[in-house]
Amino acid sequence: MSSLGLYNYWIVIALMMVGLYAVIARGHLVKKLIGLTLFQTAVFFLYISMGFVHGGAAPILSEGVAVYSNPLPHVLILTAIVVGVATTALGLALVVRIREAYGSVDEDELERMDSDA
Amino acid sequence: MSAHAQLLIVLLPLLAAPLAALMRTPDAAWALATAIAWSVLSLALLLLLQVQAEGVLSYAIGGWAAPWGIEYRLDPLGALLQLLLAAVAAAILPWTRQSAARELERARLPGFYAALLLLQAGLLGIVATGDAFNVFVFLEISSLSTYALIAMGRDRRALTAAFRYLILGTLGATFYLIGVGLLYALTGTLNMADLAARLPAVADTRTAHTAVVFVTVGLGLKLAMFPLHAWLPNAYAYAPSAVTALLAATATKVALYVLVRFVWTIFGAEFAFGAIPLAALLGVLAVLGMLIASAVAVRQDEVKRLLAWSSVAQIGYALAGLALASGAGLAAALLHLANHGLMKGALFLALGNIAWRFGNTRLSTLRGLGRAMPWTMAAFVAGGLSLVGVPLTVGFVSKWALLQAALAAGAWWLVGAIALASLLALAYVWRVVEVAYFEASESRDLRCEAPLGLLLPTWLLVLANLWLGIDTRWTLGLAEAAARALAGAGL
Repeated sequence: MSSLGLYNYWIVIALMMVGLYAVIARGHLVKKLIGLTLFQTAVFFLYISMGFVHGGAAPILSEGVAVYSNPLPHVLILTAIVVGVATTALGLALVVRIREAYGSVDEDELERMDSDA
Repeated sequence: MSAHAQLLIVLLPLLAAPLAALMRTPDAAWALATAIAWSVLSLALLLLLQVQAEGVLSYAIGGWAAPWGIEYRLDPLGALLQLLLAAVAAAILPWTRQSAARELERARLPGFYAALLLLQAGLLGIVATGDAFNVFVFLEISSLSTYALIAMGRDRRALTAAFRYLILGTLGATFYLIGVGLLYALTGTLNMADLAARLPAVADTRTAHTAVVFVTVGLGLKLAMFPLHAWLPNAYAYAPSAVTALLAATATKVALYVLVRFVWTIFGAEFAFGAIPLAALLGVLAVLGMLIASAVAVRQDEVKRLLAWSSVAQIGYALAGLALASGAGLAAALLHLANHGLMKGALFLALGNIAWRFGNTRLSTLRGLGRAMPWTMAAFVAGGLSLVGVPLTVGFVSKWALLQAALAAGAWWLVGAIALASLLALAYVWRVVEVAYFEASESRDLRCEAPLGLLLPTWLLVLANLWLGIDTRWTLGLAEAAARALAGAGL
């Protein structure tokens, strides 16, 4: 198997790095959350790719099918997606309250205001 | 009932949380949360006795046998941790009523107690479960409620602190998730005992090494291992007092517990310390954390922040015990875990009393408090002495155990670091004591002690500090039993 054949994993790595970069480099809090979501989504892809079995059918019992893909990673990721949604919602709610309290959602500006206070 | 105690201890606070949120009056929500905390404490005691009598307990959720179903597994280490979590919460919740009523808006209080219960359920769940993915779910339950709780602080900086913790905490949990995913790809299992059995066959792969790194870094973020501690000082400084006390006493401890679980139970000490230079890495970071965080703590003018930095340093002690890679080091680390929870709980409650009276905990506010709030300040001094490691306190017991383990391993660097960090701890505790006892305040020499409802829980924790510092058989025995169960008799 050439390394290009594992293209899922290359996508995972690329998405993960884009997300992580956005979290670190962006000052806008909402953009940080977008990066965080990208980063989490990359991990979801990682799990789902792991569950795929070459030549495997969808994991629904049926006649004449011997090889199924592994359904467990999908189920795990359903849980992780729920966690991710809750995190994003809480993060956005915090951004709203930060905006109300400071009048800004830019990290550098927030830090400046805090050090003045 | 006792057959299901392992599940109930998690389920009780989890189910009570929405009920608390629905309560009309803050006092009803508080009464519910406190009743749950005390029930959880009795369950934790029951489970500890059961573990001591019967050995490792296993509970198959829904009757699905491991490794297919989710297994709850309780060994001496887990029982010790659950008891610490339950005891600290049971002591802090009675205290919370008056403190939270003053620090939070009335309408927010039922939600506040619901989040506290969720936090408790998440932390207990992490310890209860024997499934690596389940740990992630409970980690996120506890983390999400923590973010919300921190954001309820009065200062607007609580919001930015919570946001920062949300970003870093989620990164940490996701790193952990990647590590667990890689382990699953290698072994096809998520059950911890099953992972431990199957991992040696595939340990010599790059995937396994990568998994160790991801799990360690992810948990390092959650447990505030230096230099991944950036979220901690502000989060502790601006959270409501009760939340700070609870977090400082329990949350980072549980993350450290997961690290211990992974290193000793799943990876195995031979793999973690042999194939990967984990001991050297943890050792260096632990010593750096102990010294640098203590030095920063000395320079703080806000006492809550000072103690937060001291927490980063104290986590270094526990990590140093792990880095010794010996059974004695592990026992010392576990002992310090529990003891530090008790000290910081007592200290933050004492500070909370001051915040209750004056609305802040700046060093200048504490001027002359030795006379104005004698019981609160005496509690603070007792906790501070424990932090420094003065004999007859719990702090001395765990530092002594750590020193002995370091000497047995010939780790002179650690002996030096402990001595130096203790001196720094003396310096920052002294700064507070000096201001409180030797600087008179011209505006205030009246007695303004905190009410009994705040003082009693504070002193309960202080007395636990002193009692367990004098009579060490019980905690030392528990920690050693836990370490033996993890490391085997040989190490």
